[in-house]
Amino acid sequence: MVGPAAAAGTEGTAGPRYDESPIVQVRDLSVFYSRTPALSGVNLDVYRHEIFGIIGPANSGKTSFLRALNRMDAFNPAMDVQGSVRINGKDINDWRNEYALRSRIGVVFPLPVGLPLTVYENVAFSPRLRGIRQKEKLDEVVERCLTRAALWDEVKDRLDSLGSLLSGGQQQRLTIARALAQEPELLLLDEFSIAVDPVTTMRIEDVLRELRTELTIVLVTNLVQQARRLADRTAFFLMGDLVEIGETEDLFEGKVKDERTTGYIEGRYG
Amino acid sequence: MFGATALNRRSYRSQAVAKAAFFLMTVALVIPVLIIVGTLVVKGGPAISWEFLFTPPTNNMTAGGILPALVGTIWLVVVALLASVPVGVAAALYLSEYAPDNILTRAINLAIINLAGVPSIVHALFGFGAFVLFFDMGASILAASLTLAVMTLPVVIVATRESLQAVPLAFREACWNMGATRWQTIRKVVLPNSISGILTGVILEVSRTAGETAPIMFTGAAAYVAFLPQGVFDQTMALSYHLYFIATQQTGVPEELTFGVALVLISIVLLMNAVSIGFRVYLRGLKKW
Ligand SMILES: Nc1ncnc2c1ncn2[C@@H]1O[C@H](COP(=O)(O)OP(=O)(O)OP(=O)(O)O)[C@@H](O)[C@H]1O
Ligand SMILES: [Mg+2]
Repeated sequence: MVGPAAAAGTEGTAGPRYDESPIVQVRDLSVFYSRTPALSGVNLDVYRHEIFGIIGPANSGKTSFLRALNRMDAFNPAMDVQGSVRINGKDINDWRNEYALRSRIGVVFPLPVGLPLTVYENVAFSPRLRGIRQKEKLDEVVERCLTRAALWDEVKDRLDSLGSLLSGGQQQRLTIARALAQEPELLLLDEFSIAVDPVTTMRIEDVLRELRTELTIVLVTNLVQQARRLADRTAFFLMGDLVEIGETEDLFEGKVKDERTTGYIEGRYG
Repeated sequence: MFGATALNRRSYRSQAVAKAAFFLMTVALVIPVLIIVGTLVVKGGPAISWEFLFTPPTNNMTAGGILPALVGTIWLVVVALLASVPVGVAAALYLSEYAPDNILTRAINLAIINLAGVPSIVHALFGFGAFVLFFDMGASILAASLTLAVMTLPVVIVATRESLQAVPLAFREACWNMGATRWQTIRKVVLPNSISGILTGVILEVSRTAGETAPIMFTGAAAYVAFLPQGVFDQTMALSYHLYFIATQQTGVPEELTFGVALVLISIVLLMNAVSIGFRVYLRGLKKW
């Protein structure tokens, strides 16, 4: 076997399973807001246990891409999604219950959103939606997810205080814990480190590397080096187009098909 | 280098002038309130006693107390609230959380705004035609309260919608992204964080209802009813109408009595406003984001 992909995939170790069917298959995906295109004709696959990086300057359609995966267009009448997205082989529009689809996809936004509930209830939110009622089970989920999000030690004595009053960096880890409590197969992270200090960012990055053994991560980032540190493969979006997609190392070593990719990585745009 | 330029000094001065002008306006605003309340207290205060509050009027309403009017006002306000709050809150929830932005929604919003501008005498005639005659309720607490409810509905809707919209969209999106339905989101996050604002708006509204005269005049208020209302189909006295009646329609009413009724009425309104303001202050302390 040759190449990191093949080596990682087949032996059950951490890393992307390029030989299995992709968890996300995107075909001809376009997104419009009131008929103005934000994303046009994107085709890509995301493999299981992969950290899939998406980089690109402002306005390139990265957030719109994530929203389309989660069918968030249902809540925004101006947003129109065309093309097809399959998750686990099933077209997302074939889910009769769109809420069940979203409950299996964790999302973290650029700006932290601590819900105006207690820290505990923030994390217990989605388990409760799934119908979990027993206190012990909820306690266990809350502790496990907060620990994974590197927040447990800071909040374990104030689980009853308001999540919306934590510091920005803490709130961001809270939203990560909340997303993990969904026990998602797919985790979508949108520039999660904007509101987080560098030390915390590094801690979260370590968490993400560990999480890769359990789930698949799509990581939108405006920090090119973050994509380099974390992503197995990286896609470069520009003005609503998917310009290039490749092994992260290749892109950073200049093995690119499109000049614009190098340009962005070397800092010539945005 | 850090000396004030002429421009600095000019903007400083105009700022001082503006501040003084706004302060004077505010004082000017308070003066009429003080005069009104002061007059009522001075002229009506001596009339107030337990007996005044808890006995019925006597001698063709030229003496005695105001009990039936006081009780009647409470009936009218409570029944009006029971009708307008559920409907108003439900409508506001629909308009704020569910309604697509289309022609129908815009028409409804326009209708609400216009309803808020309808003069109370028109509401009175509507209530008379619709509730008293068409629905055959007769002149009754029910008909009068429903008329009041229709009149207050737009304000309840607007106040509720504003409270709902003060809850940031980001909270809703966070819930939706976790797979919560709109209703789960409303129940778990939106309502708990806006209920206080809704209540405050509603209380303010109620206090207005208590003072309305025209809408109840044809629909359920009577100048004199010997007994206290036993149910919603009874006619009733009401403070506002009683005041109107003894002040303009009846001769030989001592001035003290008239001012006393006015004082009670305004006290109720101010009390409810105070509760509402206290509520708001208390809730600001609990602000969650
Ligand atoms: N809710 C919305 N309504 C209207 N237009 C929108 C909306 N969200 C995004 N857009 C538009 O879609 C285009 C792509 O935006 P998007 O948020 O997907 O870019 P992005 O790559 O995430 O940018 P950034 O790096 O700044 O987050 C932009 O032109 C933006 O103005
Ligand atoms: Mg974005």
